Amino acid sequence: MPDTTSRPTIVVVGHGMVGQRFLEALAERGTTGRARVVVLCEEPRPAYDRVRLSSYFDGRTPDELSLVEPDFMDRHGIELLLDDPAETVDRAARTVTSRAGLTFTYDTLVLATGSYPFVPPVPGRDATGCFVYRTIEDLLAIEEYAKTARTGAVVGGGLLGLEAAGALKGLELDTHVVEFAPRLMPVQVDDGGGAALLRTIEDMGLTVHTGVGTQEVTTDERGAVNGMTLSDGSVLATDLVVFSAGIRPRDRLARDAGLRVGERGGVAVDERCRTSDPRIFAIGECALAADGRVYGLVAPGYEMARTAADAIAEVTENANEFTGADLSTKLKLLGVDVASFGDAHGAAPGCLDVVYADSRSGVYKKVVVGPDGALLGGVLVGDADAYGMLRPLTGSVPPVPPEQLVLPPGVGAPAALGPGSLPDTAVVCSCHNVTKGAIAACATLPEVKKCTRAGTGCGSCLKVIGQLLPASGDSGLCGCFKHTRGELYEIVRTLRVTSYASLLDSHGREGARGGDGCEVCKPTVASIIASLAPTLGLSGHVLDGEQAALQDTNDHFLANLQRNGSYSIVPRIPGGEITPEKLIVIGEVARDFGLYTKITGGQRIDLFGARVDQLPRIWDRLVRAGFESGHAYGKALRTVKSCVGQTWCRYGVQDSVKMAIDLELRYRGLRAPHKLKSAVSGCARECAEARGKDFGIIATAEGWNLYVGGNGGAEPRHADLLARDLDDESLVRLIDRFLMFYIRTADRLERTSAWLGRIEGGLDHVRDVVVHDSLGLCGELEKLMADHVAGYRDEWAETLDDPERLRRFVSFVNAPDAPDPTVRFVPERDQVKPDLTFLTLEGVTAR
Amino acid sequence: MSTHTMSPVTPTSPPDLTAGLVGATLQLRLGGAWFPVCDRSALIAGRGVAALLPDGRQVALFMDRAGRTYAIDNRDPYSGAQVLSRGLTGTQDGRAFVASPLLKQRFDLETGRCLDDDSVTVTVYATRVTS
Ligand code: SRM
Ligand SMILES: Cc1cc2nc3c(=O)[nH]c(=O)nc-3n(C[C@H](O)[C@H](O)[C@H](O)COP(=O)(O)OP(=O)(O)OC[C@H]3O[C@@H](n4cnc5c(N)ncnc54)[C@H](O)[C@@H]3O)c2cc1C
Ligand code: SF4
Ligand code: FES
Repeated sequence: MPDTTSRPTIVVVGHGMVGQRFLEALAERGTTGRARVVVLCEEPRPAYDRVRLSSYFDGRTPDELSLVEPDFMDRHGIELLLDDPAETVDRAARTVTSRAGLTFTYDTLVLATGSYPFVPPVPGRDATGCFVYRTIEDLLAIEEYAKTARTGAVVGGGLLGLEAAGALKGLELDTHVVEFAPRLMPVQVDDGGGAALLRTIEDMGLTVHTGVGTQEVTTDERGAVNGMTLSDGSVLATDLVVFSAGIRPRDRLARDAGLRVGERGGVAVDERCRTSDPRIFAIGECALAADGRVYGLVAPGYEMARTAADAIAEVTENANEFTGADLSTKLKLLGVDVASFGDAHGAAPGCLDVVYADSRSGVYKKVVVGPDGALLGGVLVGDADAYGMLRPLTGSVPPVPPEQLVLPPGVGAPAALGPGSLPDTAVVCSCHNVTKGAIAACATLPEVKKCTRAGTGCGSCLKVIGQLLPASGDSGLCGCFKHTRGELYEIVRTLRVTSYASLLDSHGREGARGGDGCEVCKPTVASIIASLAPTLGLSGHVLDGEQAALQDTNDHFLANLQRNGSYSIVPRIPGGEITPEKLIVIGEVARDFGLYTKITGGQRIDLFGARVDQLPRIWDRLVRAGFESGHAYGKALRTVKSCVGQTWCRYGVQDSVKMAIDLELRYRGLRAPHKLKSAVSGCARECAEARGKDFGIIATAEGWNLYVGGNGGAEPRHADLLARDLDDESLVRLIDRFLMFYIRTADRLERTSAWLGRIEGGLDHVRDVVVHDSLGLCGELEKLMADHVAGYRDEWAETLDDPERLRRFVSFVNAPDAPDPTVRFVPERDQVKPDLTFLTLEGVTAR
Repeated sequence: MSTHTMSPVTPTSPPDLTAGLVGATLQLRLGGAWFPVCDRSALIAGRGVAALLPDGRQVALFMDRAGRTYAIDNRDPYSGAQVLSRGLTGTQDGRAFVASPLLKQRFDLETGRCLDDDSVTVTVYATRVTS
C-alpha cells in the first residue's frame, strides 16, 4: 500500500480550462502517481470548454462541452470537489479551507481561479434581468429569462460582448450593443476593421451604439429591468441586460493571503509561474505574468499550465517558461470571421500598414510590416482564411510582397503562399505550441491530434495542418473512378447519364473502361442513379434492367442477407405505430414460415431465417395485410422512431407520432450515400432519442426544433440544432433541402455526422445553403425531393406483380422448386437459429 | 390489392437438373464430361446465379459484360454459407472477380484464388456455351 501520509499534497484551486490542462500536464509528467492531488472547484460541474460556451445555444449540451474524460480523475487518483470553492489560504499553516469547511494541508498550492466579468458600478446593475456571460449557469439563466423578454442589450462591444449579442439574437431578442469606445472590438481590431465589422453586424439586424457609455439601468415597480440611460442622454428600452465590459483576474484569495498582486490586479508570478511564495503558483487568467501582462486568452493559460507542471514535477530539461505570449485570435462572431495577430495595431517604430478593404462585402485586411519587410502582425475581418498561414509567418520576411498577403485571390498575381513556405520551427498551433516540424512528422490528422494535441484547442490551425499532412493522393471512389461520389453525382445529374456502363466507359479510369467495374462503385452509382431516377425519367425500380446487376445482394433480393445465407424481413411500421390486427399478421407470417422474430432497435419487428424462394410468398402475405416490407438494408431511409407524444403523454406538446409517420412515408425509399435514420420526440425529454439521428425532431411549444448530423453506432454524435420552432410545413421543407443537399455532396458511406464534420464550413455552411439559400439551390433541392415523393412505389409489391422479376427468387437456376438444403436451423429459446456447425463442416455437400 | 399464386413450399425431390433447356446452354466440365446447367439467357451480365450439381454441390455461375462465363464453388469459405453467387462482380487489372456478399472477400473467377488472402482458394469449373 502506498504510504499516503508521506506523499506530498498538491492543492489546485479552480477547475476551469487552465486548471484542467494543468492536471493533464501533471499526469503526463507522472506527478499524479507520486503526489496526492486535490482540486477545489467552485462551479457545479467539472471543467468545460468556455471558449465554445456559446455553442450551447447551437444545441451543444453542457456534457458535450466537458473537457474532462469521464474516467480521468479516477485513473489518476485525483480528488475533485465540485461546488466547493476555496475560502481562505493560511500560508503559515500551509492550509486551504473550503466553503464547506474542509481543510487541506498543501505542499504546493496552485491558483487557477480565472477571471470574473467586470460590471461597471452603474445604478441598477443588480436588478432582475441583469446578467453576465461567463459560465454555463449564466447561459441557462439568460435562456430562461429571455423567454419572457423581447429586447436585450449587451454592455460592451468587445469579443465577449459580441458573442453575447449573438446569443441574444439567437434567442430571438431584438438586440442592442452598447460600446464605450468609438468602434467594436477595440482591443483586437483597428478602425478600418471595426467599420467592416460594424457594417456586417448591422446587416444582421443588430443595433450598435458606439461611443456611448451606460449610465444607469432603470427598473419597473417589480425591480425588473426596463431600460438603460446612456451617456448621451438617450434612453434605450430593454428587458434584459448582459454586462460584458471586460474581465478582472480573481485574485482575492492571493490578496488576502498577502501574496504580491499587480496594481491593476492579477497574482504576480515569475517565468516559472511561481508567486511571491515559492510554494504557491498561479496560472491562467488570474495570473500577472512575468512580462507584466494578464492574459485573457486560453492559449497563454495552457502554456502557463505546462510551465507550472514542469516546475512542480522538477523537469529540468527543456522546461517550459512563460515569458509572454502573443494575443493572436481568430473568431467567428455572429458568422463573421475576425482575426488579429502579432502587432495588430502597428505599435512598433517605423512600421507600415498594407490595407485592403471592400466595405460592400464587409472584408477588411491589414498587415503590418517592419522597416526590414518582416511581417509584424495584422487584422483580418470578413475573410480570415489567411490567418492560419500568416500567424506562423509573423516575425519573418514573407516570401511574397506584402500586398499579396491581403489581396483576394485572382487580383494581381496569385499569392503563391502555401504552408510549404513556413520554416519547420514556425508555430502552427498556438493553443498547444506545436511547430510545423512536429506536425509534418505525423501522417494523419488523428495522429497529429493524439501525438501533439495540435488542432484540439480553438481549431483555427486545422486548415494549415490539413495542408501540411501528406496528401492522401487519390481521392477517387475506387480503382475504377478517379472521381469522388459527389463528383459522380454531378456528372450523372448534369449529363443525364442513365446507365452505369456508359458512366464507366465515359468517365472511368483508363484501364477500367469497358470492364465490369467493382463492388465499390457499382452500388454507389446504382444509388446515385436511383436517387436521381425520377428526375432522369427512369423507372427507378431497383430490379430493372442493368440496375439489377449493380445492387448489393440485399438490394437485389430486397431483404437482409444473414450469416447462413438466409434473409431477414422487416416490415415497415411507420413511426412505430401498429394496429393489433397487423401485429397478429406479423405473428402469423412468422409462425407459418418458421421465422425467428425479434423487436429491433428501430421500433419494428424483424423476421429472420427466410430462404430466397420464400421471400415473395412472405411479402405477398404482408402486402395483403396492408404492409410493405421495409428497408433495414440499403443505403436509404430506415425508420423514423417516435415517442408517444402529446396524444397520451402528460408532457407532450406536439403530436410526435403523426409527424414521424408523415416523415417516414415521405422519405421511404430515398436512396442516399449511407443509411438515414430519424426520430421525433414530443417534448424536450426526448424519449425518441432524436438527437442520435441523422435528422431528429424535437417538439417545442411553438413547433419543432430540427437537429441534424446525429449518429449512434461506433462513433456516436449528438445532432446539432439546425433551426428552431418550425411549423409543420417549414420543417418538412427544410428536411427536404437538407437531405437532398447531403445526397448531392456526401461521399460514399458517409453518414450525415461524418459529412457535417468534413465539409468546409460545417454546420454553418449547411445552414447557409439550406436555410438562407446562399447557393440559390433550394428550389432545385425541393424539386428533387418532390420528384422522389411523387415517384415512390412499393418495390416489394411491384416485384410480386412482375413474373420476370420473380424468376430471380429461386435458390437454384436449374432447380427452381428446390429449396437450398444448406439453410438449416436448430432450436433455441422456443424459436430457431441458424445451424452454423453444419455450415462450418469443411467440404459439406448437402444431399 | 393484388393476389399472387405461389409454388408450394415442399421441394420436388430429386429435381431434374437439366429439364427444359432450350437454345444456347451453359455447360460445366464435371469429371471429364460437360454438364449442361442452364440456358445462357438465365444469366445477367455482372450478376451471378446458383446451380445445383448432381452430387449435391452448388456452383455459382457468372457472365461478364463481354459475355465470358465463369463457374466457381458457391460456398463462401469464410462463413460456410452457399452465397458466392449473390456477390457483386467486377474487373481488376483485366481479371474478373466476385466479392462475397457476407464479408466482402474477393475471389478471382478464373483461378478461384482469394484476392485478399493468398492461402484460400475455391474450386473453379471450366465452362462453355453451346447450342
Ligand atoms: C435489426 C437491428 C438490430 C436489432 O435487432 O435491433 C440492426 C441490425 C443491423 N444493423 Fe444496425 N440494426 C438495428 C438498429 C441499429 C441502431 C439503432 C437505431 O436505429 O435506432 C443503430 C445505431 C443508430 C445509428 O445507425 O446511428 C445501428 C447501427 C448500425 C451500424 C453503425 C452505423 C454507424 O454509422 O456507425 C451498422 C453498420 C453500417 O451501417 O455500416 C449497422 C448495420 C446493421 C446490419 C445491417 C449489418 C448487416 O449488414 O447485416 C444489421 C442487419 C440485420 C438484419 O439483417 O436485419 N447498424 N443499428 C436494428 C434494426 C432497426 C430497424 O428496425 O431498422
Ligand atoms: C464566452 C467566452 C468566449 C471566449 N472565447 C475565447 C476565444 O475564442 N479564445 C480564447 O483564447 N479565449 C476565449 N475565452 C477566454 C477563455 O475562456 C479563458 O481564457 C479561459 O477559460 C481561462 O481559463 P482559466 O482556467 O484561467 O479560467 P476559467 O476557465 O474561468 O476557470 C477558473 C475556474 O476557477 C473557479 N474558481 C474561481 N475562484 C475559485 C475558488 N476560490 N475556489 C474554487 N474555484 C474557483 C471558477 O469558478 C472557474 O470555474 C472566452 C471566454 C468566454 C467567457
Ligand atoms: S419525449 Fe416528451 S412527449 Fe415524448 S414520451 Fe417522452 S416525455 Fe412524453
Ligand atoms: S491554434 Fe488553437 S487548436 Fe491549434
